[in-house]
Amino acid sequence: MENEKKYPLKKILMICSKGNLEDVYAALVMANGAVMEGIETKLFFTFFGLDAITKKTMNKLHTATVGNPAMRMPGGLPFPTLLGVLPGVEAGVSKMMKKGMEKLDMPPVDEFLELIEAGGGEIFACKLAADMFNLKKEDFHETVKAIITVGDLYAMCDGLGTQIVFT
Amino acid sequence: MTTKTIANLSVEVTDEGYLKDVSAWNKEIAIAIAKEEGIELTDKHFEVIEFIRNKVAAGEGLTIRGIGKSGVVDAKTFYQLFPGAPLKKATKIAGVSKPVSCI
Repeated sequence: MENEKKYPLKKILMICSKGNLEDVYAALVMANGAVMEGIETKLFFTFFGLDAITKKTMNKLHTATVGNPAMRMPGGLPFPTLLGVLPGVEAGVSKMMKKGMEKLDMPPVDEFLELIEAGGGEIFACKLAADMFNLKKEDFHETVKAIITVGDLYAMCDGLGTQIVFT
Repeated sequence: MTTKTIANLSVEVTDEGYLKDVSAWNKEIAIAIAKEEGIELTDKHFEVIEFIRNKVAAGEGLTIRGIGKSGVVDAKTFYQLFPGAPLKKATKIAGVSKPVSCI
């Protein structure tokens, strides 16, 4: 396999379609990681993912305590679904998650977007989803560059070494 | 691991070009490594390098966020000073080991 030529990743388009704390952070970490490596990065938010760039909701994201089989109690025991429905439990669990992330130097959502932008990454909102949820440019965080269509997104995929990741 | 001559000094480096021994570093080595990376070092670069070396000497982890909040540079300037992959380039020039941070 000596002659196998390598084609390094040059551009990445991350699409975040979910508004759970963990799904949003997965997209943010992946996008920021690409920026850190000098890879051209575009981050695109659609459907419930729009919560991550909407000023009112972006720093109040939750992780689901119901219907999440990977959920564990602090000691590692399974987390009873019935406990997850109690008022305040989801908020408390989400708060614990955020505390744990802060310890690892993972910034809050708005600061994370600013970090990606500082490194040259670009952030976009999906037009169809924005229309659906009745959101305007002014509802979004200032790091959001534009509200674009699917066609606009595909037009950004020009050039060799481009990949799309959908989460 | 290989031995490489940088700035007329023979130093041990990893396969990726990071100095093996933090104490083998000096300003001339920094300038020479930076040149290989296409960077002309200024006083501002050296302020960042000093911050990185102090952080590493204290046994603390390095992140772009941490450097951006250091008061030495903000994240945007850090990206401008070491274009492309700032954390990797800055640590290589600072003569410390390659950071293992994901953020």
